Amino acid sequence: MSAAAPATYREAVREAIREALRRDDRVFLMGEDVGRYGGSYAVSAGLLEEFGEERVRDTPLSELTFVGAGIGAALAGMRPIVEVMTINFSLLALDQVVNTAAAMRHMSGGRLGVPLVIRMATGGGRQVAAQHSHSLEAWYAHVPGLRVLAPATIEDARGMLWPALADPDPVVIVEHAGLYNLRGELPPGPAPVDIASAAVRRPGRDVTLVAHGGTVAVAAEAAGRLAAEGVEAEVLDLRVLRPLDRPAILASARRTRRVVVVDEGWRTCGLSAEVAAHVAEEAFYELEAPVARVCGAEVPMPYAGHLERAAMPQADDVVAAVRGLVGGA
Amino acid sequence: MTGRPADGPPGGAGAPAAPSAPAGARDGLALWRRMLLVRRFEETCAELYAAGRIRGFLHLYVGEEAVAAGAMAALGPEDAVVATYREHAHALCRGMPAWSLMAEMLGMAEGCSRGRGGSMHLFDPSRRFYGGNAIVAAGLPTAVGVALADRMRGRRAVTACFFGDGAVAEGAWHESLNLAALWRLPVLFLCENNRYAMGTEITRALAEPRVARLAARYGMPAEAVDGMDVEAVADAAGAAAARVRDGAGPALLELETYRFRAHSMYDAERYRSKAEVARWRRRDPLTVQGDRLRAAGALDDDAAAEAERRVAEEIAAAVAIASAGTPEPVEDLLRFVHAEEAL
Ligand SMILES: Cc1ncc(C[n+]2csc(CCOP(=O)(O)OP(=O)(O)O)c2C)c(N)n1
Repeated sequence: MSAAAPATYREAVREAIREALRRDDRVFLMGEDVGRYGGSYAVSAGLLEEFGEERVRDTPLSELTFVGAGIGAALAGMRPIVEVMTINFSLLALDQVVNTAAAMRHMSGGRLGVPLVIRMATGGGRQVAAQHSHSLEAWYAHVPGLRVLAPATIEDARGMLWPALADPDPVVIVEHAGLYNLRGELPPGPAPVDIASAAVRRPGRDVTLVAHGGTVAVAAEAAGRLAAEGVEAEVLDLRVLRPLDRPAILASARRTRRVVVVDEGWRTCGLSAEVAAHVAEEAFYELEAPVARVCGAEVPMPYAGHLERAAMPQADDVVAAVRGLVGGA
Repeated sequence: MTGRPADGPPGGAGAPAAPSAPAGARDGLALWRRMLLVRRFEETCAELYAAGRIRGFLHLYVGEEAVAAGAMAALGPEDAVVATYREHAHALCRGMPAWSLMAEMLGMAEGCSRGRGGSMHLFDPSRRFYGGNAIVAAGLPTAVGVALADRMRGRRAVTACFFGDGAVAEGAWHESLNLAALWRLPVLFLCENNRYAMGTEITRALAEPRVARLAARYGMPAEAVDGMDVEAVADAAGAAAARVRDGAGPALLELETYRFRAHSMYDAERYRSKAEVARWRRRDPLTVQGDRLRAAGALDDDAAAEAERRVAEEIAAAVAIASAGTPEPVEDLLRFVHAEEAL
């Protein structure tokens, strides 16, 4: 076995799909432009040549139906990976995900499950405006019956797919589009990661920064700057947005006694609201300060670069929020 | 882990011996008996609804029995079925035991969906019955996917997909026909054209109300069939299913039928005249087939009375089993959200 090799997040996802296609002949990839075009984010480039049109399947622009066909194929014994270009477009398929895939197990009294994996890109930062930039993962995280994963590292991008395919229930994997060019080391060979737990990316004792997907890097950058000021921030990567790893959130909150939630999604009724409410419900008397939140501005994402930056959580905003809490201590 | 309900009836109550095997393909008497079972089952449901024992939405199929009975006769155990929310007939004709449906409607643990589904969500994986979808047209993508999986696994199977004329206006319908035709998947689309989507008549919903013509534009053989004549339905479905099974790609049958009763138990039926209903009732599929059998000497008063008696017995047993069922414990409320052995 060779040593860890440099790779991008994009290559890590591709490697995960390739491994899955090799390991299990029930696995196939289906979506718009996943084949000849190579994937709208170039994730699946080369897979068509390697695996052929049966297993790397270009679909028409029919989100509702190809996601629904993934449900049918999963019911009939396949293990489909369905790629939806972006989370914005996945709304055309939301009916199938929420009303059929997520509900099937329960409304059949446990007799039918839908072992389907749906991948989609999310998030802003590329100046593609409102209809290509939103962070709607909280919508999926709202739904009982789904598991929602947000790989923020190269290792997770590679390692989450196989356990997701092994899950007998539907799994939504949300990949932040800003991460595809992220570079790191890819360990050789398939290395499945656990898809039930959050991960402490950086330990610290003064404040917990709760982040996921694209905001993990933002939180890490803020933590680096805070360290220079003598404030030790812990970065907790949620990794799994449903079911939330509540014990990990509480454990970190109890350790540091201060929490800032960093979420690119909108604040109102969002993931940050859930995390903050949970900490307040369970650890209120152990906190030194109220939970703070740094979220996406409550606007459809603007196009202009300076407006887009202002609408997305930045490390500066996180540092300022932490100063507010620590100063108040 | 508690297993799923077995096919044998739960303890005690006397169940009829194997009453529910799929009807023989072209046995006209069996088709008539199958329709009779569906008719009497649904009349019993209506009574139980009036008595407050079945709640929620209840959509009856009375008048449309020839469609489910005829189409289902064209399928074998290897084939798959995707149904709608008006699905008691599909479930019964696919061979699901009447008691498991009845227990479901009474909300019992013995029900085919353990009381989580009710009338609109009947499932039976052992019969490849992927049920019960109450979102209009949402079952079509499932059918496309089941057929895709069957083809990828090398199974020689047909997926029969039932839907109403109302579904034809949905995007999912068009997307699914397009995809099935594009990929030449073995789906038999079965449009139960009863002319109404709740109170909206087909001519007020579709710019092209001839569904078979619409389907033909997607490049699949499509045919309109008399949906009040069970033998006509069985013939057309048999021929279409055979072609689909042999790899010719999808096909569509538009089965022209009528529901005699209201859309659901809440419907005041202000949108159509009594005369119109009466006109269609003269073509009651049970009568049409019964008369044909009598003319051919295959049915007489004694045989008819005997058939009625057996059906009544089967339904009485179903109600007895369901009534003696056990309500799912509230402590189990959160079960069956994920697989119990899941991560
Ligand atoms: C997507 C969706 N929209 C609306 C409804 C409400 N609804 C239930 S049944 C129905 C009519 C459907 O008519 P059709 O498809 O012709 O089937 P039929 O009831 O005649 O069997 C409507 C509008 C629904 N269940 N799903």
